Amino acid sequence: MKPRQKRLAIVGGGLAALAVTAALVLNAFEDNLLFFFSPTQVYAKEAPLDRPFRIGGLVEAGSVKREADGLTVAFKVTDTAQVVPVTYKGILPDLFQEGKGVVARGRLGPDGVFRADQVLARHDENYMPPEAAHALEQAKKSQGSVVAPAGGSGK
Amino acid sequence: MSIHWFKYASPASFYGLAGRLIPWFAAAAALATLAGLYIGLVLAPTDFQQGDSYRIIYIHVPAAWIGMFTYLVMAGWAAAGIVFNTRLSGMMVQALAPTGALFTFIALWTGAFWGRPTWGAYWVWDARLTSTLILFFLYIGYMALRASIDDPRRADRAGALLTLVGVVNIPIIYFSVKWWNTLHQGASVKPGSSSMATVMLTGMLVMAFAAWMYTIAISLARVRSIIVEREQHSAWVGELLVAEGHVGAPGTSGGVPGSKGEKAR
Repeated sequence: MKPRQKRLAIVGGGLAALAVTAALVLNAFEDNLLFFFSPTQVYAKEAPLDRPFRIGGLVEAGSVKREADGLTVAFKVTDTAQVVPVTYKGILPDLFQEGKGVVARGRLGPDGVFRADQVLARHDENYMPPEAAHALEQAKKSQGSVVAPAGGSGK
Repeated sequence: MSIHWFKYASPASFYGLAGRLIPWFAAAAALATLAGLYIGLVLAPTDFQQGDSYRIIYIHVPAAWIGMFTYLVMAGWAAAGIVFNTRLSGMMVQALAPTGALFTFIALWTGAFWGRPTWGAYWVWDARLTSTLILFFLYIGYMALRASIDDPRRADRAGALLTLVGVVNIPIIYFSVKWWNTLHQGASVKPGSSSMATVMLTGMLVMAFAAWMYTIAISLARVRSIIVEREQHSAWVGELLVAEGHVGAPGTSGGVPGSKGEKAR
């Protein structure tokens, strides 16, 4: 084995060892690397219910209700399998809409209502002009589809 | 140009090659930037959800891609330097680092200003953002490590090791949005598919190409400076400086050339 090949083996072996170590470490940290928990995980008690955590999912269509004070808002977060009701008092981000992604931080009350102290909009990876979005919405309506309700009535 | 083109792995010959390549890459970068900005800011429509604030992607995404890609290239040169023990490899790693750091910083900075109106927060500690911040620290750490070691060859080896250890972070950044729940959205562009309107995607890809060409041009310019600085006591640099009129007579060379000297060609 030439010295050059030996060094190549050392570099390759070192990188492989590093990758395995990183994979094991990340696997061990798995739960702590989650930025939010889905409603299903909350019901499965995988979320830390004794301390504040974040819940993420879609704002259920037709679930947004504003109180008379104009600041308090109640909505439901869904991952299409489970639903968690959320209340929040404060200003919502511009992209907060029914049917769109949301991440809320707070505590789950004993009554099953999640009291949020921060609400962030979670944007999806789709980019298209408004006309295209409109056309897509029309197509969905004509199919009578019930999945992925498009936003617009949230405000 | 009386250097014989024997092997481009030698700094002496790479110096000339880099000098000839720079104008081409610089021109490609300039043209692609103009085209990309025209497509992105004039031709592309607004987004159905975000309105015009989505246009940050024409800077943000190319910067983030090149920030990650530059690190991979650095790691490649670092591995080559360790395996083949070539001087040029360490110089290339050194030349690439500032540009990689710059683009990573631009990605973090533009992301923060996009995140405020879109998410409602400048910064969150999700896996994508945190791992990108670590990438930025790796670049800074590499440059700090180099700066702390006086002997360039020792700095090459130490820097190469740090670069190789840090490369494990790149797949973590890339797949973070897939492996974990993050506030950052998933990838819009995956190999073979995209969830973006064509004109938006085109503008973004052209801007990414521009950033790539810029990175090559500026890194080649930087590596030429590094070569002249590090090889200043060698005969060929002495001859070069005499030939370009920076040093009066043969035999008196050896001073550190001024920064304007390297740009003269």
